[in-house]
Amino acid sequence: MGRTDIGPPDYREMLPDAIKMNYGKWKYHENVRAGVLKHVSETGDEVYTVRVGSPRLVSIDFIRDLCDIADKYCDGHLRFTSRSNIEFITDNKSNVNGIIEEAAKLGLPAGGTGNSISNIIHTQGWIHCHSAATDASGLVKAIMDEMYEYFTSMKLPAFVRIAVACCINMCGAVHCSDLAIVGVHRKPPKVDNEKVLAQCEIPTTIQSCPTGAIRRNPDPNIKSVVVREDLCMYCANCFTVCPAMPLADAEGDGVAIYVGGKVSNARKPPMFSRMVVPFLPNTPPRWTEVVDVLKKIVEIYAGSAKKYERMGEWIERIGWEKFFRLTEIPFTDQHIDDFTHAVETYRTTTQFKW
Amino acid sequence: MDEDTPLLDELEKGPWPSYVKEIKRMAKKNKAAKDLLGIQELSYKDRVTHWKHGGIVGVTGYGSGVIGRYCDVPEKFPDAAAFHTMRVNHPAGWFYSTKSLRQLCDIWEQYGSGMTNMHGSTGDAILLGTTTDNLQPCFDSLTEAGFDLGGSGSALRTIAGCVGQARCEWSNFDTLKLVYDLTMEFQDEIHRPRWPYKFKIKASGCPNDCVAAIARADFTIIGTWRDTLRIDQNAVRNYVDNGFDIKTLVVDRCPSEALEWDEKNKELKLQADDCVRCMHCINKMTKAIRPGVEGGATILIGGKAPIIKGAYLSWVLVPFMKIEPPYDEIKDLLRKIWDWWDENGRTRERLAELIERIGLKNFLKEMGIPPVPQMVYKPRANPYVYF
Repeated sequence: MGRTDIGPPDYREMLPDAIKMNYGKWKYHENVRAGVLKHVSETGDEVYTVRVGSPRLVSIDFIRDLCDIADKYCDGHLRFTSRSNIEFITDNKSNVNGIIEEAAKLGLPAGGTGNSISNIIHTQGWIHCHSAATDASGLVKAIMDEMYEYFTSMKLPAFVRIAVACCINMCGAVHCSDLAIVGVHRKPPKVDNEKVLAQCEIPTTIQSCPTGAIRRNPDPNIKSVVVREDLCMYCANCFTVCPAMPLADAEGDGVAIYVGGKVSNARKPPMFSRMVVPFLPNTPPRWTEVVDVLKKIVEIYAGSAKKYERMGEWIERIGWEKFFRLTEIPFTDQHIDDFTHAVETYRTTTQFKW
Repeated sequence: MDEDTPLLDELEKGPWPSYVKEIKRMAKKNKAAKDLLGIQELSYKDRVTHWKHGGIVGVTGYGSGVIGRYCDVPEKFPDAAAFHTMRVNHPAGWFYSTKSLRQLCDIWEQYGSGMTNMHGSTGDAILLGTTTDNLQPCFDSLTEAGFDLGGSGSALRTIAGCVGQARCEWSNFDTLKLVYDLTMEFQDEIHRPRWPYKFKIKASGCPNDCVAAIARADFTIIGTWRDTLRIDQNAVRNYVDNGFDIKTLVVDRCPSEALEWDEKNKELKLQADDCVRCMHCINKMTKAIRPGVEGGATILIGGKAPIIKGAYLSWVLVPFMKIEPPYDEIKDLLRKIWDWWDENGRTRERLAELIERIGLKNFLKEMGIPPVPQMVYKPRANPYVYF
């Protein structure tokens, strides 16, 4: 048996020399062009970063290709960003074009810097998850194909962060993104009584329901549970603790779209994304309806927002009423919150627009 | 297996790099990757997932780091019937030497599907898909190469931070050093789940919060500074002389009206007391304005996604703390929070949900932290006080 609890490799062994020598001494940076950053140190040293997009779900041969570029131009080092982009760092300005060209040969675009649409944060979807209500990798690919020009340019008013979660567990924590796409179920769990007996703890299953919709089966001979369907809001928390209650359903499942969240404290404080489209069906492989709505929102935002205004700041300024009018997205009773923090969203002023 | 994948083939088209190409590339030499492709195509046809709940699989001594996964049509896809994931704790800041990355690839070539996520959203390098028998030898090879598994289940999850002082001029403390130090200190908490639910720690070096710590970490560390902005007036004038509209783009956008542009003297004036350190002016005038020199962090708690009681952004707990080795103040606070949460939390109750149930006031008392106005947007409006 091998060792345990050794922890990850020490990051200091993973840093390129140009970074090591200027660690903590950085003075300023510039966005040289889409996908290229220049950082200048107090020592006068300059370091260039080329950022390229990645499909995130990649083969080991893909990683080896990246290593080849890094060995040639970057002192045998590279890094990944929190949005799954790849960064090649060099202190030699003349390497920049070579890196961009070699990445392009692999099909990897330079971009995702400044006022762009960077790579999409996402979850596993149908590639690996048991609770997915939609796919993630494919949906992301379909969206990024359409948003490509915004990845490789910096022409938006501010950056637009997109995230995809394949169910409302949101292991990708998409709920504070400019645009969030969330997989949703619309049918209550189907209880498999035999499996409940074999696989589930009934008290834990009952307790897992946030709306109290799960009860013991009234028939004492059936050691299982029943779901009050009028109380179920399809969160799937019961399915997480009890595998015998799946919600997945080809007709019931699809995605919802949320907009206007942010995490940065710049200007306005961080804010949640808000639901604008309660449901669209899953239409693999390209999710055309979903992609069309997203594209339309981005284009209207790009044409209407002030410089440096994030999606959520723009919507706050113009008002939700105007957002729904401009985007021609219907406002329905599903948009009105009736969950735990609902009343905070009800308007308590005569100030509004038409 | 049916080799025909007409639906997925559509996703090989288009300008964005294709993950389908990646799976196909691996499928040529790896049977599990080939079956993964088939399972994905079947899901595209059926519009539902074909994965089942994981069973209890893992490596000796750990309760974390491996996500068990089984296909629900194993007869069709025997080579991906068991397709477990290993979460490999990334080096802080996601920096790698190509030597270490190639080692990781070689190990995964030998023991797994050859497919990975670089990286999962919690931060780990995700090795996607292996059999139960391969878990232990794969883990042994990983530790041999200097890697270890990250967290999963009701444990401390892999700690993540922004690039920090390694390549950013705005980081108010050394995020990588802190992340690495806490990760090494809390190996037991990462590898052996023992709590009501998951617990996440994330560190961003400045209020831009590049790792979204405020939205998704139970314990959020966001760099800030106690003193005032540093303004280089010559550099400011350079911006203005080059046509930068400082009044519209910076002064008017300052959320607390702390800036004023003196057109006559060509000087950017700061009312330091009014500045809330939001980063806007710094972000837009990178050569002219910098954070102060008295760096530290704000500690916030409770951030999480909606499941179960709704989403929370982290709440201010300690408005300013110096973040310096050996980080005892943070470690003591973490242990105190975990003890209290472990004692009082229900199954699958995240920290914020417990605090909401029991009250922030009571939580502060338990922690021995005196209340300060920075913790709230505004005081209560109702008269129902427990004296």
